[in-house]
Amino acid sequence: MQAFLDIFDIYLLEAVINGILLGGVLALLALGLNLIFGVIDVTWICYAELVMIGMYAMYFMVQYYGVSYFVAAPLTILLVAVLGAALHYLVIAPLLTAPPINQLLATGGVLFVLQSFATVAFGIDFRNLGIRLPVLAFGDMNFSYARLLSFVAALVGMVAVYLFMTRTFTGTAIRAISQDRQIMALMGVDTRRIYLITSALGGALAGLAACLLVLQYDVHPFVGLSFGPITFLICVLGGLGNFIGGFIAAFVFAEIISLGGLFSDLEWGYVLAFAFFIVMMFIRPAGLLARRR
Amino acid sequence: MTGQGRLAAWGVGLAALVALPFFYRDPYHLHILVLILIWSFAYTSWSLMGRFGLVSLGHGGFMGIGAYVTALLWNHLGLSPWIGIPIGMVAAGALALIVGYPCFRFRITGHYFVLVTLALSGIVLQVITATRDYTGGSLGYTPNRASGNRLLALQFDDKTTWYLIALGVWLFGIVVWHWVDRSMARYALEAISEDEDAAAAAGVDVTAEKLKITLISALMTALAGAIYCQYQMFITPDTVSGIAVSLQMVFAAIVGGLFVSLGPTAGAVITILLAETLRIKFGTRAVGWDNLVYGVLLVLFIIFLPKGILGSLLDRLKSQRKVSRAHEQEAAQIAHPGT
Repeated sequence: MQAFLDIFDIYLLEAVINGILLGGVLALLALGLNLIFGVIDVTWICYAELVMIGMYAMYFMVQYYGVSYFVAAPLTILLVAVLGAALHYLVIAPLLTAPPINQLLATGGVLFVLQSFATVAFGIDFRNLGIRLPVLAFGDMNFSYARLLSFVAALVGMVAVYLFMTRTFTGTAIRAISQDRQIMALMGVDTRRIYLITSALGGALAGLAACLLVLQYDVHPFVGLSFGPITFLICVLGGLGNFIGGFIAAFVFAEIISLGGLFSDLEWGYVLAFAFFIVMMFIRPAGLLARRR
Repeated sequence: MTGQGRLAAWGVGLAALVALPFFYRDPYHLHILVLILIWSFAYTSWSLMGRFGLVSLGHGGFMGIGAYVTALLWNHLGLSPWIGIPIGMVAAGALALIVGYPCFRFRITGHYFVLVTLALSGIVLQVITATRDYTGGSLGYTPNRASGNRLLALQFDDKTTWYLIALGVWLFGIVVWHWVDRSMARYALEAISEDEDAAAAAGVDVTAEKLKITLISALMTALAGAIYCQYQMFITPDTVSGIAVSLQMVFAAIVGGLFVSLGPTAGAVITILLAETLRIKFGTRAVGWDNLVYGVLLVLFIIFLPKGILGSLLDRLKSQRKVSRAHEQEAAQIAHPGT
């Protein structure tokens, strides 16, 4: 019995730590989405599909053209950042004065476009980078090196965004616009430029997430659907546009998924996370950190 | 068009539709028609909510529940779809209430509502995949062929029968649409979609009204899923459930026109014909192309033609005739908020 408990605890601890590692990437995804929502007041339904395109970019650069991973990563981040800016310029900008639902549905159309573009261009095969990172053994516990790397990179990315937002003029302008979008235009801030920069930044975060996720998961045209919904759940649970809330919610969700996966299939982890989400909607409908009115 | 003329046009059109399979028996074309009618019904169910600004991406979930509950009850318990379909509908309705109540009670609207419902359809997909021992997971699921009474099992090989069933269901959807269109609930919901606080102050029970329309819409969508399952005799999580199906509903309803009764039907005709044409023209090379065209069209429509093809067409006809009927002008205003 004692031996059983020991093993059980080790697995539990491993699941908890894996959950934290997963939380890092989820928090990164949620941050990008929250940024777009907080500043432009638009939800990119196709956010996870941008990540998917980034993953393909990584795959082709590393596998086909033999580019080193560390050279390919900045290129991918740049590419997805450009995609994000293009998405804003082509789809969101003409709809800025339209009802918010229309903007959201238009990005739903972009989701279709990106998904089927990937299907048409790359086929529906599962592809992976072919990089096998070693497994880190710590005591009796095994951690994937890829996850550790993702976690650290995600944290670095988030800190970089935080510094950008607090220490630079542009970052300050972005935060100011998220507080009042009418007044800032009167204060001499070019809102269109700020929106474009924010979209590019959101895209860059998706690109970074792509570089990290491609280490752990196979890429296929529908890969976005496997972490897209969970990202939206996280953002809603944290309060849309609330960066800290999204950060905390990401870790809560990652733990639920990881621990749920420990006791059963990974899918049941997702189901548990959703059940938790519904309960939280009753308790804190405006997000984890919302003040009660 | 006068009221009587409109009624006559509907009557003639319906008579032609009912008579069609008795004169024209090409099985492929009938198959396409059946698909168009079933999906039209699903899209119409979605638009019941969608036209009031309640944009749900959870309808893929309701449809999946309707289809899978019916098929599972038939295969595992031998329960006839005549009982299974109502149970599936009730299950979808219960889920709609469980998710809808906190959403409406706590004023979760706009982006939040879309994302919550989006998660709902994603999770239904996950549950179907996770319970693969019963549902076959992503490989799909086939209801057992009936050995005894075909009517009891709701399984027919005859395309004409299915055409008539689908026609009946579709007509039911249109009737419900008109019933909602003429009810007090419509005015209440329109008021809510404009300004919830003002509507509440004017004595509209916001939560109850929204729950009512959500429930109706979810029940009908589940019915569509069950009928689709009975007709195709094969369902996969991806064809009846999930986010892609939900987005497909939104897309078709918007392309056809959200604010007219036949709009979603027009959307179904356009999207299914488009997909079939691409499939026949390009064969297996067309995998993905139909969705690519869908996506581009959806974006273009939302930017340039937010009232949809049929909606814009009817508008143009109306403005030419200069018919001034109060409620139609009202509808035009709702369709173009801010003008």
